[in-house]
Amino acid sequence: MGKTLFDRVWEAHLVAEPADQAPLLFVDLHLVHEVTSAQAFEGLRLAGRGVRRPELTLATMDHNVPTDDRPADELAAAQLEALRRNCEAFGVRLYATGSGREGIVHVIGPELGLSQPGMTIVCGDSHTSTHGALGALAFGIGTSEVEHVLATQTLPQRRPRTMKLEFSGSPPLGVTAKDMILGAIGRIGVAGGTGYVVEYAGEAVRRLPMAGRMTICNMSIEAGARAGMIAPDETTFAFLEGRPAVPKGAEWERALDRWRELPSDPDAAYDRVVELDVGGLAPQVSWGTNPGMVVPVDGVVPDPSDFDDPSERDAAERALTYMALEPGTPIRDIEVDRVFIGSCTNARIEDLREAASVVAGKRVHPRVRALVVPGSAGVKRQAEEEGLDRVFETAGFEWRRAGCSMCLGMNPDILQPGERCASTSNRNFEGRQGRGGRTHLVSPAVAAATALAGHFVDVRELALEPVA
Amino acid sequence: MKPFLRTTGRVAVLDRADVDTDQIVPKQFLKRIERSGFGDFLFFDWAKDPDFELNHPDAEGATILLTGRNFGCGSSREHAAWALQDYGFDVVVAPSFGDIFRSNSLKIGMLTVALPEDEVRALMAAGHGAELTVDLEEQTVGPYRFELDPVDRRRLLEGLDDIGLTLRHEAEIAAFEAAHPSRVDTRALP
Repeated sequence: MGKTLFDRVWEAHLVAEPADQAPLLFVDLHLVHEVTSAQAFEGLRLAGRGVRRPELTLATMDHNVPTDDRPADELAAAQLEALRRNCEAFGVRLYATGSGREGIVHVIGPELGLSQPGMTIVCGDSHTSTHGALGALAFGIGTSEVEHVLATQTLPQRRPRTMKLEFSGSPPLGVTAKDMILGAIGRIGVAGGTGYVVEYAGEAVRRLPMAGRMTICNMSIEAGARAGMIAPDETTFAFLEGRPAVPKGAEWERALDRWRELPSDPDAAYDRVVELDVGGLAPQVSWGTNPGMVVPVDGVVPDPSDFDDPSERDAAERALTYMALEPGTPIRDIEVDRVFIGSCTNARIEDLREAASVVAGKRVHPRVRALVVPGSAGVKRQAEEEGLDRVFETAGFEWRRAGCSMCLGMNPDILQPGERCASTSNRNFEGRQGRGGRTHLVSPAVAAATALAGHFVDVRELALEPVA
Repeated sequence: MKPFLRTTGRVAVLDRADVDTDQIVPKQFLKRIERSGFGDFLFFDWAKDPDFELNHPDAEGATILLTGRNFGCGSSREHAAWALQDYGFDVVVAPSFGDIFRSNSLKIGMLTVALPEDEVRALMAAGHGAELTVDLEEQTVGPYRFELDPVDRRRLLEGLDDIGLTLRHEAEIAAFEAAHPSRVDTRALP
């Protein structure tokens, strides 16, 4: 029986299999941010412990930081300051706001080449699954676990089950990685991946650039899966080559040899296999209050009575009340007040190019306030070199500094109660983008087209230039 | 961590599926750097509704939460588990849980019990304030038996510190580190 990519990474990181504990897994890279680390550092302090491997740890500021000239509120500023103090006291490298290297933790890891095939990567953030796009085993942890990794560089973990999610076929023009993963979550449900590590495979995945692969792995947690992985290939290697943290010269060649051994064997067995044909997939739009509540953009708001399961029916009714939507309303007739292009799901340079290609030479609808927030200081620089900032600003978008921004409403970028937003982020939970705000999850292309039209748009009908 | 053997207490019923951690403790409270006091923010937005389940007079003082499937999905914020525990809950019973929430809860000594949906429904039928005993030694909730990873069970029963347990394997960790060169060095970055 062959091995999966997951099997290989898992087995290569087993430190011990104690009788009185879950298997102990070594952590190659620990990413840290301001929101989930303060109590972990405090725990170390109380126990008189240090950070075991600071050189395998990197901190940045992303959740709380304002993306314009407004100051951070008092609590946020105190939390950012606590991270600065903790990193200094414990010898952890920090890419602080304004350093020119900061950004959303899941954007900068791959950007620096820190996230590499075959590694184990953790962070106190559920979207750590993003780094699985490089062929790493990467998952989100809680603050107690952050403290555990800081102190021991290991984590006791039960071996998860494996799922293979095969995207077959070729998506139509205008249908993106975001639509593939939203479609998959709609299909398997928000708990469909619970207890699994999902390996995304199939031709449609192989053809995706790294940014699209990261979008897919990023949302694994929205299907309940702690981690998603994609086997490394030439696309992965080309992406990594020359990045600051990647080995050079003969070391690079040796790394390539190791990485080429990682992909799953053809006869590897998975606990579950799901196939999704993307040939007929449409751009997806969420209508409810969890990421499994999605429909095609040319569809309608569903009727709760269509759900057989009583708790799904309840949830749909509650969601429609919260979202102020009527069953049967065509998605394309839904008008939005705000558009947010950003987040660890969709704020890489490729995402911004995709949105800019839709926006170029057009104007944002007068009712709509639209925001573009690059995922990192590096993405912002790159976009400005390419003139994308001008494209967005000329069209009427606000162009901001890097941060999590309106994805989670922990900084000044929030929705007002009742505002409706087309968002490229990952969660449409009640109040996620601001209390009373109504979130519709979409791809960057759909978000951009929606900003122009003021209502959702089927981007397959636009003369879209294929995005390189 | 306090050992957990058994508890008898009153229940609160929150019959909703897919309750995410953004609802359990909204983002504006994640800026605090303390670990205590999160109970005041539990279900902050929902709790403004006088008809919210936990505002029912009979739910007051409940120590066991009965709820729907996939409880605690979404964000990894351990603040959600802290808030439930600080509010007074020792046990959460549901048909299933978000993975990270479940592991966060067990780390801080709050027991999460997964039971088949029909058994959770039967317990819910007794309503807010009904008395229930959860026995971790016997692995029972009222009349029902539940499963828990034996390692987690023992850790809870004995109130063991996870980091302390791991550090007993110092020799193995050091041997692993010696045999496996670091993959990256964040201090060498520009």
